[in-house]
Amino acid sequence: MKTASRILGSAFFMAGYEVQDAPRYGAERRGAPLFAYVRADKSPVNERGIISHPDLVVVSDDTLLGMPAAGVLQGVDQHNVLLINSHEQAETWVHRLNTAATVLILPAREDVEDRAELPYIGSSCAAASAALTGVISRKIFAEALGEELKHLGEKVVSENLEIALSAFDAMSSHSGLVKESALPSATDYQKPDWIELPFDDAEISAPAIHAGVTSVQVRTGLWRTMRPVINYERCSGCWWVCSTYCPDGAINVTSEGLPDIDYDHCKGCLVCVAQCPPQAIESIPEHIAKENEASGVSA
Amino acid sequence: MTRKLLTGNSAAAWGARLAGVDYVPAFPITPQTEIIEDLSLWIDSGEMAARMVTLESEHSMITAAGSAATSGVRVFTATSSQGLLYGMEMVYTVAGWRAPFVMINVSRGLSSPITLESDHNDIMAARDSGFLQIHCASCQEITDSVLMAYRLAEHKDVRLPAIVNQDGFYLSFTREPVDLPDAEKAARFVGVFDPENLQFKSGAPLSQAMAVLGGGPYSYFRYEAHLALQRVLSVYDEIADEFADIFGRRYDIIESYKMDDAEYVFVMMGSYATKARDAVDSLCNAGWKVGLARVRVFRPFPKEKIRQLLSGRRAVAVIDQNLSMGMGGVLHSELATALYGMKDGPAVLASYIGGLGGRDISQQEFFEMIDELKQASDIGQILEPRLLYTKNELTEIRNLQAIAQAEHSEIHNK
Repeated sequence: MKTASRILGSAFFMAGYEVQDAPRYGAERRGAPLFAYVRADKSPVNERGIISHPDLVVVSDDTLLGMPAAGVLQGVDQHNVLLINSHEQAETWVHRLNTAATVLILPAREDVEDRAELPYIGSSCAAASAALTGVISRKIFAEALGEELKHLGEKVVSENLEIALSAFDAMSSHSGLVKESALPSATDYQKPDWIELPFDDAEISAPAIHAGVTSVQVRTGLWRTMRPVINYERCSGCWWVCSTYCPDGAINVTSEGLPDIDYDHCKGCLVCVAQCPPQAIESIPEHIAKENEASGVSA
Repeated sequence: MTRKLLTGNSAAAWGARLAGVDYVPAFPITPQTEIIEDLSLWIDSGEMAARMVTLESEHSMITAAGSAATSGVRVFTATSSQGLLYGMEMVYTVAGWRAPFVMINVSRGLSSPITLESDHNDIMAARDSGFLQIHCASCQEITDSVLMAYRLAEHKDVRLPAIVNQDGFYLSFTREPVDLPDAEKAARFVGVFDPENLQFKSGAPLSQAMAVLGGGPYSYFRYEAHLALQRVLSVYDEIADEFADIFGRRYDIIESYKMDDAEYVFVMMGSYATKARDAVDSLCNAGWKVGLARVRVFRPFPKEKIRQLLSGRRAVAVIDQNLSMGMGGVLHSELATALYGMKDGPAVLASYIGGLGGRDISQQEFFEMIDELKQASDIGQILEPRLLYTKNELTEIRNLQAIAQAEHSEIHNK
């Protein structure tokens, strides 16, 4: 998403706009929600920080919409355009989110196995956004993408460009749909709901939470996009290699001396897959594993 | 000049590159690390003729920076937050050596609780050290300020180290258009470092005597450093004029925005000040007489300049992105000191604490501050200091506390 914001920022800049683009780094882990933002104006941009009322919100991974911590819908109202990379239809999302925003779909690719990878998604989102603004030409967008990705080599640029331009073209019928909104005005504004911060006893106000076994209770397995699965026919029963290498201690050893993965806490780093001497651990996309579970097929 | 999109961190690295620095002692810390990453790439590719050494801590890094400066080479380094505090013993020490170099601080809140986001308490901890302090409000200003900081720090009347401060995230990771100064012009502007009597050479070892017995000599050396730092105020304008002549951008020691007929004034530091510019525009459009005074050079404190700027104003809102525990906003206290004894000073000097740990300040909050100033000055009321904090924010923390309390009870009732 950082790359997407940079491509879009550069495209605006090349189209003669003053620009501000920035990523917002969050939790430093794979699959954690991350966002970036772009501001563009004909005059210098004085606003700073997270955009509280965006004109366009682009969602590259539709599973984030259901995650309150991701805060995707913050500041979204009837003024907004919400572009979602999804297999679902726009109507489905309007209904699910009960939103007054204009919802558009950037059709998700069928061949994506690992949601944490989502290849070309940054370029596609940037291209679709550029088309929706109606002020960035196809040519300028291509230049901006080339500029931002050139350090990755020509092949990467041309692959990204091809897919991105198809996203650009797919959105070109909505060109200019995203409208610039004004900053709040001092003549008519909603007063901030300021309060006096009350005094609290240290027992309450010290920033320390003393609670045990939180690492057991937090189901970090939800972060997983790829699932390691042990093939017990190949497993030599050494028991110690995978369980020792697992950085989260999420591989237990049964009384029979066999490794057993604790999926509530396995984050899907796949270190075990790489380390297993007889290569008895495979990785499969989490969503396929879940579908298999639901239909009763054993992994 | 080339105009391109750069983050605050890249803008800082460009400043060092254009200043022709010789030596970069380094230690990584979020949100500063990109600066030394950029520099290491340029040094590695031969685009920059400097030596970088990664030290084992900020304490050693600042020691190395000060030591190298006393050997007569131009030094640049960068840190943030906990790193600056870890090196704090040497921050004071190298300033005492009168070793001129430039250090970037990327402002980030201090522990505890730990955070990554911007807050000025880290840089405030270096306030009394003898370092110059320049606070930036845009990426452009960062590159330009690094160049100016070398001129000020190396000036023979000053000869003290300088910190150029930028806000984490709000500038460090944010790309904005930056006019990169032409390399030759920048080199000519910064000039050659004349180390005067600072001439340590590894081939000709000397001892540096830095111990005193008794308060007399100690007072002498400390007060001389203070006088030297105050000399910045008299040499600043000449250097800023020269910079403006060459590069077309003028940086005043205090930025004044729409101050000509302003009755109400925001006084603040750092990148949130550009948001205040928008608020000033909107307030002026709505018929208010409002201006902004952004303190750019915080050490030495431009006391006379602030007195001139604030004379005859009705009321002032000082916004501090820091908190001196047990007292309040640092800039507010300093303004009260600076304005002491003024006959036509503002009757209301209100203190707002805002932006701690990267907490945003909304346009509506800027408007509301001015409304409070007007009401207070109309009835001659003294405003109590205010933390910018909303009901929603308290609800959010109460919800988190409820979860923590539930955890706590569960464990203790087992």
